[in-house]
Amino acid sequence: MAKGESITQWNKSGDTSTLRNRKSFPTSAPNTPVSKGQSCPTGNDAQSSNGTSAQFSSRLSDRHMCTVLLVLVVGLSFSTRLYKITEPPHVCWDETHFGKMGSYYINRTFFFDVHPPLGKMLIGLAGYMTGYDGTFPFMKPGDKYEHHNYWGMRGFCAVLGSLLPIFAYLIVLELSRSETAALIAASLLIFDTGCITISQYILLDPILMFFIMAAVLSMVKFNQQVYRPFSASWWLWLVLTGVNLAGALGVKFVGLFVILLVGLNTVWDLWRLLGDLSLSLVDIAKHFLARVVGLILFPLFFYVTVFAIHFVVLNKSGPGDGFFSSAFQSRLIGNNLHNASMPEYLAYGSTITVKNLRIAGGYLHSHWHLYPEGVGARQQQVTAYLHKDYNNLWLVHRQNSNESQSPTPDLVRHGDIIRLEHKETTRNLHSHLHEAPLTKKHFQVTGYGNNGTGDANDLWQVEVCGGQKGDLVKVLRSKVRFLHRATGCVLYSSGKTLPKWGWEQVEVTCSPYLKETPSSQWNIEDHINPKLPNISLSVLKPHFLEILLESHIVMIRGNSGLKPKDNEMNSKPWHWPINYQGLRFSGVNETEYRVYLLGNPVLWWMNLASLGLYLIMVAVASVALQRGFSLSQKRKEHSHVLMRGGGLLLLGWLLHYAPFYTMGRVLYYHHYFPAMLFSSMLTGITLDILLKSADLLLRPPYSDWLQRAGQLVLLFTVLHSFYLFHPLSYGMTGPLAHEPGSSMAGLKWMDSWEF
Amino acid sequence: MLQLPLVVTAQVDLVLVLVSLLAFWTRLSRLSYPNAVVFDEVYYGQFVSLYMKRVFFIDDSGPPLGHMILAFGAYLGGFDGNFLWNRIGADYPSSVSVWSLRLLPALCGSLCVPLVYLLTLELNFSHLAALGAALLLLLENSLIVQSRFMLLESVLIFFVLLAFLSYLRFHNAPNSSWSRFSWLLLSGASCAAAVGVKYMGVFSYLLLLGVASLHTWNLIGDHTVSHLNVCVQCVCRFMCLVVVPVLLYVFWFYIHLGLLSHSGPHDQLMSSAFQASLQGGLSRITQGQPLEVAYGSQVTLRSSASQPIPCWLHSHRANYPVRYENGRGSSHQQQVTCYPFKDVNNWWIIKDPGKQKLVVGSPPQPVRHGDVIQLVHGMTSRFLNSHDVAAPMSPHAQEVSGYIDFNVSMAAQNLWRVHISNREAESDVWKTILSEVRLVHVNTSAVLKLSGVSLPDWGFRQLEVVAEKLFKGHSSVLGWTVEEHRYGTSQEQKEREAELHSPTHIDIDRKMSFWAKFLELQWKMLTVKQEDSEHKYSSSPLEWITMETNIAYWLHSSTNAQIHLIGNPVSWGVANLSLLAYQLLAAVYLVRRRRGIKDLPDAVWCRFSCLGCVCVGGWVVNFVPFLLMEKTLFLYHYLPALCYLYVLSPALLEHAHTHLLSSAIQRQALGVCVSAVLLTVFLSYRNFCPLTYGSPELSANQLQGLRWRETWDILYRHR
Repeated sequence: MAKGESITQWNKSGDTSTLRNRKSFPTSAPNTPVSKGQSCPTGNDAQSSNGTSAQFSSRLSDRHMCTVLLVLVVGLSFSTRLYKITEPPHVCWDETHFGKMGSYYINRTFFFDVHPPLGKMLIGLAGYMTGYDGTFPFMKPGDKYEHHNYWGMRGFCAVLGSLLPIFAYLIVLELSRSETAALIAASLLIFDTGCITISQYILLDPILMFFIMAAVLSMVKFNQQVYRPFSASWWLWLVLTGVNLAGALGVKFVGLFVILLVGLNTVWDLWRLLGDLSLSLVDIAKHFLARVVGLILFPLFFYVTVFAIHFVVLNKSGPGDGFFSSAFQSRLIGNNLHNASMPEYLAYGSTITVKNLRIAGGYLHSHWHLYPEGVGARQQQVTAYLHKDYNNLWLVHRQNSNESQSPTPDLVRHGDIIRLEHKETTRNLHSHLHEAPLTKKHFQVTGYGNNGTGDANDLWQVEVCGGQKGDLVKVLRSKVRFLHRATGCVLYSSGKTLPKWGWEQVEVTCSPYLKETPSSQWNIEDHINPKLPNISLSVLKPHFLEILLESHIVMIRGNSGLKPKDNEMNSKPWHWPINYQGLRFSGVNETEYRVYLLGNPVLWWMNLASLGLYLIMVAVASVALQRGFSLSQKRKEHSHVLMRGGGLLLLGWLLHYAPFYTMGRVLYYHHYFPAMLFSSMLTGITLDILLKSADLLLRPPYSDWLQRAGQLVLLFTVLHSFYLFHPLSYGMTGPLAHEPGSSMAGLKWMDSWEF
Repeated sequence: MLQLPLVVTAQVDLVLVLVSLLAFWTRLSRLSYPNAVVFDEVYYGQFVSLYMKRVFFIDDSGPPLGHMILAFGAYLGGFDGNFLWNRIGADYPSSVSVWSLRLLPALCGSLCVPLVYLLTLELNFSHLAALGAALLLLLENSLIVQSRFMLLESVLIFFVLLAFLSYLRFHNAPNSSWSRFSWLLLSGASCAAAVGVKYMGVFSYLLLLGVASLHTWNLIGDHTVSHLNVCVQCVCRFMCLVVVPVLLYVFWFYIHLGLLSHSGPHDQLMSSAFQASLQGGLSRITQGQPLEVAYGSQVTLRSSASQPIPCWLHSHRANYPVRYENGRGSSHQQQVTCYPFKDVNNWWIIKDPGKQKLVVGSPPQPVRHGDVIQLVHGMTSRFLNSHDVAAPMSPHAQEVSGYIDFNVSMAAQNLWRVHISNREAESDVWKTILSEVRLVHVNTSAVLKLSGVSLPDWGFRQLEVVAEKLFKGHSSVLGWTVEEHRYGTSQEQKEREAELHSPTHIDIDRKMSFWAKFLELQWKMLTVKQEDSEHKYSSSPLEWITMETNIAYWLHSSTNAQIHLIGNPVSWGVANLSLLAYQLLAAVYLVRRRRGIKDLPDAVWCRFSCLGCVCVGGWVVNFVPFLLMEKTLFLYHYLPALCYLYVLSPALLEHAHTHLLSSAIQRQALGVCVSAVLLTVFLSYRNFCPLTYGSPELSANQLQGLRWRETWDILYRHR
């Protein structure tokens, strides 16, 4: 069917450029770039070989073919991921965190995590539905599950993980209109050991990747609806894009990158609409508003709802309390601030805890340990500590230690000079002109004196922020600063973690720079004074938006606080695409069941190479177009797919990879997986078009053979490499890889791999 | 043939000459006042001194060209490097020619004014706009302050402006002339210079590359030009804008390394091979050492890690305490540590496990990769040993000790396999200085490692050495190099001790190629992190836009005379306004053009967008990166970005004048406004002059009057 058509078309274009002469008989049928909705595209090379069949039957068989392929992808994808899902029957790697957090939802205990809650809520839900009761403690990797029902949570993650290759198939099909490309992309993901491993455990990553891919798929589908604006399917894909974006962000903040991708795509789309002069301004405004609603307002609503559920479900006090402000804690059942009542104004003789106002700032703390030699004066340590502890209690005294014996104690006012005595050790809060342990320009803060008798360096002036002389200090609500009388510095929490001698608590210093920052502001959290009447603190209860904001700031702080530790080998972004080093999921020595998260190196290196290849091909294609070389219809379509579809995927890869270079937090190998999805899809498109361009080298019949041979080699490589490396995901026992007799013998191609 | 009279026609732009003269006057007059160290002069000065003495140093703040330019000024003034740069405000002795130290930055700062004038002309705006830009730059107090001292910002701005000017010259020249490529070459060279002065120059360079590739892309799309022509042009542009700058950048390092040939205080950060290439220091010691390490060699082993401090493998007559503070037990054998000073106890002897003798045979039998050796401590004759006992500070690792047999059924495990990590680059034979070696413990396959933790008092606060099993990746804490080396000749312990105390001898010269030195130095400069410190005058980028903070540069030792980095608030406001106005205007134009309404003719639109690319783009690339940086930042980091805005403002006004205002009255009103603004710019410049030039001295009240913002920190001396 193809020949006649293409020859007439060739004649029509009537072109005699040098490039054209090289390929005498273009064999492919002209594609119609217009959308065909969800049907499979016709007329690509793989199908056009059965040239004599009628157009209708060919399309029918295409449709068949398409369904068969899709079913094949679905089947392979699910079977590779669900195979051996319950192995190993113990806690692997980060399951210890996310499984535990799933349990917290079932137990309704408040916790703190650096990621937003949706992923863990889904894990908790999956566990709940499959009969897990939340009693397994998930203490550390390697703990046996025994009778607990853990397969539900793993299975849920694996099902989401199995959808990834299918989405990849559909996305690439939509972008390139070529089943070969889609099949290559899908098989790269199906047979990648890394993707399999990361999908099989109770982790956030499969959930995150599910939402990312779903968002991209809906976006691509939405782009295809361009000729049918405001139709039902148009709205459907728009809203689905929005939902998935919110989902991605709700699982991990990495979701921001896919939001950026969709955002850029939308801006570009709107820009195109703006240039379409056949549309009136009203139409454009409609388009704009629809996107605002579908891609901003609706996802935002969804995202906020997730948090609302999170806060409603988790209403019991738990391990995460100390990270949050006093007001926040008063919401939690079981917390000592819940429905608490205490004297309203700070008074002399009270026992108090003092909390720093930086988000996730700790309580002023001291303990029976001295600063080590060489770190300032050898006096008792004063630190900030995030957890509640009796060592956080301080007594408020007058400057001259005689307490008034009157039945109602005097209240502390702005400008008063006080002394803070540590209740447990009876040392006074003290500072002097020695440099602080970490922040060298600040002064050291210590505990000094005995039984409340110290020296003039123990005196602090209370200052209520925004207050005037004589103002009272409100518990919980006033921001207070403590100015050191003798040196004029201000009590400060630097947020830096002390080394081992300080029990890795947070440094407290006295800062000579008097700027008002949250680091130098404190509030009085607990206040115990039997001589004063208590008032209820329910007025404190924060508004939902305040909680939302605070929990975000705490999460972001927590994220940037995850600094690499010195003795850990830490992963650098450049390690990832070259598959330099994996992650050990389970098992170390010979007798144990070992699982090692490592991408199938053959596929990963292929991805890397085709990234380079893609850049070269795009450069050649775009220069040819810019230079005005006349190209055949087929070539034009190829460059269009390369530049549009490939460009989108390349952008996705860049957005999910490049930002990691600027991150200061500790990075892990598995952070690369979202980027790897994009990279694999790009490989699908690149290799497909490369093989289809075989006719640049050879004459038609041979070029077809070459193309077919290339596809076969590719298929064989993928399958064989999977066969070689499959023990990485499905578990290895016995000797390690560098010894003969191991299942991975001879496959430790890089020294840095640890299996 | 001389029929015609010899005629020279010269066109002199008097306005240009005038602003240049004014620029020289504002920047160069009374340059040697104050005759004291001002602000960061104290920082750059130490490097200038080191250049004068040709002593090697490493500075992570920027590539060497900037320092070299400052040093060149000092060289012209005959500075001998003998001045102790220890505090801001210290008086210069009469032997130091302050004028010449400050001359080159001041010259660069003055030349910025005519450059801006020419740049505006190249952007196709009128002489009036050019004059406006030049005046704004001329009357900017912060730029004047920054130019008048031994600081680098003005040099950076000069090169960046020069790069853009020459590139636009190239672009605007007719397509046929090939001589325009000399402008392109100049542009490339200035880019290299800008990057060579400060790393920030990279962003301007990238912007220029972006603009250039856009133009080249248009050239490729121009079908009237032949294929060959396009190819040649592309190659030429690539050569001038990429190859030449890279080569020049390396060339700065070539000069730098050529100048600094003596060893100095920063040696220890570098590898042994690098140190050995410097005169004095290590090379004096290592000169003439035998190259190949043999059985019986006496060596000192230096850890390849420069963190926390460079040190040598060490042992001494003191044992690990029987119990540590936390109750854990030790082997109570002799301590092995890493010691940061040269010491006779750093000497070890390499012994063949199969033989008894500790002298080098003849011929010497070299140690190769994979050989098993024993290491004998020279002074105490203990064997380097490791065993399954937890190390003192890092309990997850094995203890390393000098073996003492206490008869407690703890056999010696003192065999070590030599693993030369860089054997591909060097050779299989263990070589002094060149080879990086790992010592793998034969019994446990743990690797000798510097943990970097200080031992407590019982270990004399030396650094802990352990053996650790994790054998992954490359890490410098696992590597050791032989630094001092000689062939041992005495079998008797007493003689050997005397031998160890004697200095090393013999000589051969050891060279390191320039490329290896360049790569190592550049890598170290990028990775050496000085501890970030809070500074009293540091500020965050967002505060720069509104000039929330100032920096006190200098205060007279007895009077109120003082110099501050404070910008001209009026010009600052004008700059911010024009930035905002340009963006709004551009957005409106873009949307309207997209809807098919062309407000501007294509040529004018092209000029307008080119202005945005250069000026707004320049502002963005010089400002936004700071938002992502974590280091301590100062107001002066904003000055390059500010210069772009000063080019933008007058050009934008001209655009408004010609294309937005239609009636004559409106134009006159604009003219009046502009004159009024210029007048206020001048007045506010005059107003802040005392803080810019440090004289005349002001009273406390006058100073209070200059404190226009609450957040500015102006110093008053109480008398």
